[in-house]
Amino acid sequence: MSTAQITDSSQVLDLTQPLPLDGGQSLPNARIAYETHGTLNAAKDNAILICHALTGDHHVVSNHPKTGKPGWWLRMVGPGKPIDTDRFFVICANVIGSCMGSTGPASLAGDGKPWGMRFPVITIRDMVRGHVALLDALGIESLYAVVGGSMGGMQALSLASNFPDRTRAALVIASTARHSAQNIAFHEVGRQSIMADPAWRDGDYYEAKENGGKGPEKGLSVARMAAHITYLSEAGLTEKFGRRLQNREEKTFGFDADFQIESYLRYQGLAFTDRFDANSYLYITRAMDYFDLAEEHGGLLANAFAKSKARYCLVSFDTDWLYPTADSRNVVHALNAAGLPVSFVELSAPFGHDSFLLDVPALDRVVEGFLGEGR
Amino acid sequence: MLRPDLAVIAANVAPGSRVLDVGCGDGTLMQALRNDKRCDARGMELDPADVGLCVGKGLSVIQGDADKDLAFYPDQSVDYAILSQTLQTTMRPDIVMEELLRIGRRAFVSFPNFGHWRVRVSLLWGGRMPVTRLLPIPWYQTPNIHHLTVEDFREFVKARGITVEGAWFLSGDKKCSDAAANFRAEHAVFLLSR
Repeated sequence: MSTAQITDSSQVLDLTQPLPLDGGQSLPNARIAYETHGTLNAAKDNAILICHALTGDHHVVSNHPKTGKPGWWLRMVGPGKPIDTDRFFVICANVIGSCMGSTGPASLAGDGKPWGMRFPVITIRDMVRGHVALLDALGIESLYAVVGGSMGGMQALSLASNFPDRTRAALVIASTARHSAQNIAFHEVGRQSIMADPAWRDGDYYEAKENGGKGPEKGLSVARMAAHITYLSEAGLTEKFGRRLQNREEKTFGFDADFQIESYLRYQGLAFTDRFDANSYLYITRAMDYFDLAEEHGGLLANAFAKSKARYCLVSFDTDWLYPTADSRNVVHALNAAGLPVSFVELSAPFGHDSFLLDVPALDRVVEGFLGEGR
Repeated sequence: MLRPDLAVIAANVAPGSRVLDVGCGDGTLMQALRNDKRCDARGMELDPADVGLCVGKGLSVIQGDADKDLAFYPDQSVDYAILSQTLQTTMRPDIVMEELLRIGRRAFVSFPNFGHWRVRVSLLWGGRMPVTRLLPIPWYQTPNIHHLTVEDFREFVKARGITVEGAWFLSGDKKCSDAAANFRAEHAVFLLSR
């Protein structure tokens, strides 16, 4: 199926078969960008798939090609770290719909022009189908574990549920089995912000950008600003910024970024546009909004795990109001009803939803413990 | 070394059975049941640090509250539901007991006996809420909000038509007789069914 080599650098897999999609279409000539670390053993049973979040990518430990920043989960993944690459063969794949190497709306369609809004609407399960195609190509029948935070956790749940033979454990951090009305609402604000930017041009802005013009950076940065607030906690914002002013002694009685929080959000929004494609943001947020694992299985979440034999671990954070503890508990109750071995802990951390990416030593211990099985 | 009441429970659980340990602490009993009796042991614990310790031992433990979260377990889904040294800390021991016997075909329940002679002497002569070796925390900090005696418990299960399949009474690590239990036992362990 592929000519992919298992090495330690960024790879691509070009699928020779069209990837079937939940929307009824299929995605031809799909490319999956991925990275692997560690060594796949002879039995091919020590592989861990790490699934990334909404704006993440497969550069889990390697430097980001555009920003040069270190890998997004460097603190968790590596030799001797909780996800130990001395023991495990770690795979991280970019989701389809993204703009970081896997096929997405900015990729070229069959006619040689960017897909743009012609790209089919995808789901979390479609992203997982891409991952499974990669596992097939790597010759991995069953993962030791699938691990993910936030949207990565949704993929982990979807994989364990829809491809029950493909993983023996699932570790789901700060995630949910379905997007709530509030989750959808925040995403819709972001999408409308992008679409309201005249430079979005119904998604057909790639040529203009190539010719030195503008894309919907304004809209995308506002979308990111709104979303970024949901990743933090009120207490965290208050501690970090409070009402402090930005490089000034007094308010200006104008609409400059007087407050540090304004300046911070503007910077976060702007920086985001350097590394992310606005159409990808539309498609991936849509996939998350469509996610409802129970709905895929007759409305009862326990049914989603009827064929699973995996071990599960769910972790939530007490300051995460985007995917609050109740969302994780909902999954735990379903797994219990399905009789599956499940662990769950709500950790205390000040950083809100973003806690899963930040310095929370208790999370390291849980991840290491769950994957280590007490060894 | 297991705590004496846990040792009694561990010794009397049938090998290979399914077990839910409610208030499993750091997972000591679950580990013993898994390693020595090949049990499929699951746990529930309120303290997140203890849950973390359990997960680190490879145990399946859910952070949860016996008063609230037992409702989500299916009927008769385990062979034994275990509640060790936790009954007296719950808000509604009566409801927790019903839940244990709904989830488990049998239930092990252990608790400190407030009828022990030292407790009685302490209250009688000191006139103060007892602070003893087994109940070392003063009244304003103790998690034990529903103190009970062996006799209270016997009456409780009888009134509810719960069958006592076994009872063990411990003073330190020594056993004492059924007749003297309410006076001499520091700990009681009951095996119950419905």
